[in-house]
Amino acid sequence: MPATTAAPDSVRDNREKMLERAMSRHNYSGDALIEVLHAAQELYGFLPPELLKKVARKLKLPPSRVYGVATFYHFFSLQPKGEHFFQVCTGTACYVAGAQELLNVLERRCAKAGCTSPDGKVSVQAARCIGSCGLAPAVIYDGRILARVTEKQLNEELDRIGVS
Amino acid sequence: MTLDELIERQESERERQRKLKRRILCCTAAGCMSCGAESVRKAVAAEIQAEGKEAEMEVCGTGCMGLCSRGPLVRTSDDGALYGNVDAEDAAALVSEAPAAYARLGVKRIDTSAPFFTKQKKIVLAHSGEVDPERLNDYIAAGGYQALGRALAEMTPEEVIAEIRKSGLRGRGGAGYPTALKWELVAKQSATPKYVVCNADEGDPGAFMDRSILEGDPHLVLEGMAIAGYAVGAQQGYIYVRGEYALAIQRLQAAIRQAERERLLGSRVFDESFQFRIDLRIGAGAFVCGEETALIASIEGRRGQPRQRPPYPPESGLWGQPTLINNVETFANVAPILLNGGEWFASIGSGASKGTKVFALAGKIANTGLIEVPMGIPLREIIFDIGGGVPGGGGFKAAQTGGPSGGCIPAEYLDTPVDYESLAAIGSIMGSGGLIVMDQASSMVDVARFFMEFCMDESCGKCIPCRAGTVQMHDILTRILQGEGAPDDIEMLERLCVVLRETSLCGLGQTAPNPVLSTLKYFRHEYEQLVQPKPAAAGGES
Ligand SMILES: Cc1cc2nc3c(=O)[nH]c(=O)nc-3n(C[C@H](O)[C@H](O)[C@H](O)COP(=O)(O)O)c2cc1C
Ligand code: SF4
Ligand code: FES
Ligand code: FES
Repeated sequence: MPATTAAPDSVRDNREKMLERAMSRHNYSGDALIEVLHAAQELYGFLPPELLKKVARKLKLPPSRVYGVATFYHFFSLQPKGEHFFQVCTGTACYVAGAQELLNVLERRCAKAGCTSPDGKVSVQAARCIGSCGLAPAVIYDGRILARVTEKQLNEELDRIGVS
Repeated sequence: MTLDELIERQESERERQRKLKRRILCCTAAGCMSCGAESVRKAVAAEIQAEGKEAEMEVCGTGCMGLCSRGPLVRTSDDGALYGNVDAEDAAALVSEAPAAYARLGVKRIDTSAPFFTKQKKIVLAHSGEVDPERLNDYIAAGGYQALGRALAEMTPEEVIAEIRKSGLRGRGGAGYPTALKWELVAKQSATPKYVVCNADEGDPGAFMDRSILEGDPHLVLEGMAIAGYAVGAQQGYIYVRGEYALAIQRLQAAIRQAERERLLGSRVFDESFQFRIDLRIGAGAFVCGEETALIASIEGRRGQPRQRPPYPPESGLWGQPTLINNVETFANVAPILLNGGEWFASIGSGASKGTKVFALAGKIANTGLIEVPMGIPLREIIFDIGGGVPGGGGFKAAQTGGPSGGCIPAEYLDTPVDYESLAAIGSIMGSGGLIVMDQASSMVDVARFFMEFCMDESCGKCIPCRAGTVQMHDILTRILQGEGAPDDIEMLERLCVVLRETSLCGLGQTAPNPVLSTLKYFRHEYEQLVQPKPAAAGGES
């Protein structure tokens, strides 16, 4: 999913309404917590604590349950994403084809897997098989799948977007 | 729609397709999409328009055509030719009827009489690469929804289950449990409502079979689920699909809407009293949610942690109700079985493993991609005939099946037939269909460490043997790889393997030792070399 950057206030109001709609579609049922969190993350890019509290209130769930679920699943992020988002596939096929070297490049130049660089420019994540094993090693870069990625290519792209 | 109307629709759609001079089928599954398939499809569509050939030619997107390593792939319907590495500049030639223009494509033509194609047997993937997954009529033209229509009109639920029993179909999610037995268990429960759940979590980190089926032929899975619903007495189905599979999710959503609109799903299916709805549940990235009790917890909106079994889901599943859980590929086999009969299915395959199995070939193998083979085929034929062998002169070292729950198969077992029992006998498993080939340059200790790291990260933490044991084993393996292993580390690893296998709560912990056990069994010298006082390099040059 492409990184969502901060939106102007007018859009922000809209997001609240859309989240409300997502919850009402599921009749504010606690069973739909994961669907609601998916919707919230899609709208906001990540799940800040106030948002989790609000979801808990609306779905009549203890905040601990909402927090517990949000932290259990890899998909949910409690931190804002950077401007660019690299997900390096570390599934078996990509691992065998050299995914670790790609991850090393990103970790050296940007941030550790699961983190965002201090300047907020790049987020790095290690993903599990993304289903393009025939084109290993694969990287999802801002939502697009890149096939047979080399260290050189990756370094060039980082240069291009101005990572020092 | 009634059954008669369905058959009429099939005829008219076939007629329409016959009248076309050419259908240009572009693979738009994930693999080809990531190397430019969309621009090929657009260019062909534009070319058809520019040439004013809309009445005689059409371009379609299709599911995976199998040979992903040569993508983007395009097939032309009139001559059945298949082309690889196609780019947008080929559009004119693909639409042209002049032999000279056509010749440009000659070098890209793929020989479909090669073993890669002839040694496969397609049941589940029969439509993949042939039909447009976004068009219901394409599926209907290929005979789609007739199995469901016939089952509702002509068979009792018991007869449906009897047909599945005759086929010998076993679960394709890994464990190989007889499908008919599971259906019977759910059917005989008196509690209602009952649920049908399709497990599309596909966690094995080197596998994309289920994803390809969902992307390439979503209606096949929906139809299988509806038939299951009829057989066990359920009116509601859920597909639990991995959140990472955006394209599969989008196509499933579209397919469900189309089927509901035509009353092939929903209330009064085929104008019969049977009703069946299907909803999606999107996973959120946790491998353990593929385990059935964790999957249930996750659909209920909770942390995906397994629970003690029994009770098994057929008795007490979703919200405590009787629940049937099968894998994507299992459901995909159902409609073909009903259409062709259980005996036909049972005549394919070997011993107690009937039918075919889909595998995702990856790693150090020439033809990476998606294949479907009859069960019982020797591993050697998969890797060397279909897969085209190991490129780069490194030579074959091992094949890994079953992902983090599976094992490595060394060269001396290349003639093992690929069926549930034979693979288990040599310390691996059929698994869900990931098949990764390693060459001589791969360190087997590193492979074991890779899978242990995966299990460590994915352990849900509910029980101690798995939560702590995977960390311990990972530490030891890392230490060994860094040349800092102690002589008794191997023995320690073996003891931990037993503890995890015997005392973990769910399959994740119970099978986490398998990659270590099988590499210790066949490649022990690599471990021993590393723990010797004079540490060797990590790449096992044995
Ligand atoms: C840790 C773990 C992960 C699993 N992941 C999957 C999976 O991704 N897909 C799947 O179909 N089955 C998976 N299974 C097996 C399921 O629990 C279940 O046996 C299967 O979905 C039953 O369907 P089948 O009988 O059609 O194979 C997993 C099991 C375990 C223990
Ligand atoms: S074996 Fe592992 S994954 Fe399974 S319940 Fe125990 S801790 Fe969780
Ligand atoms: S292992 Fe990377 S795409 Fe499958
Ligand atoms: S994705 Fe196109 S052939 Fe597999």
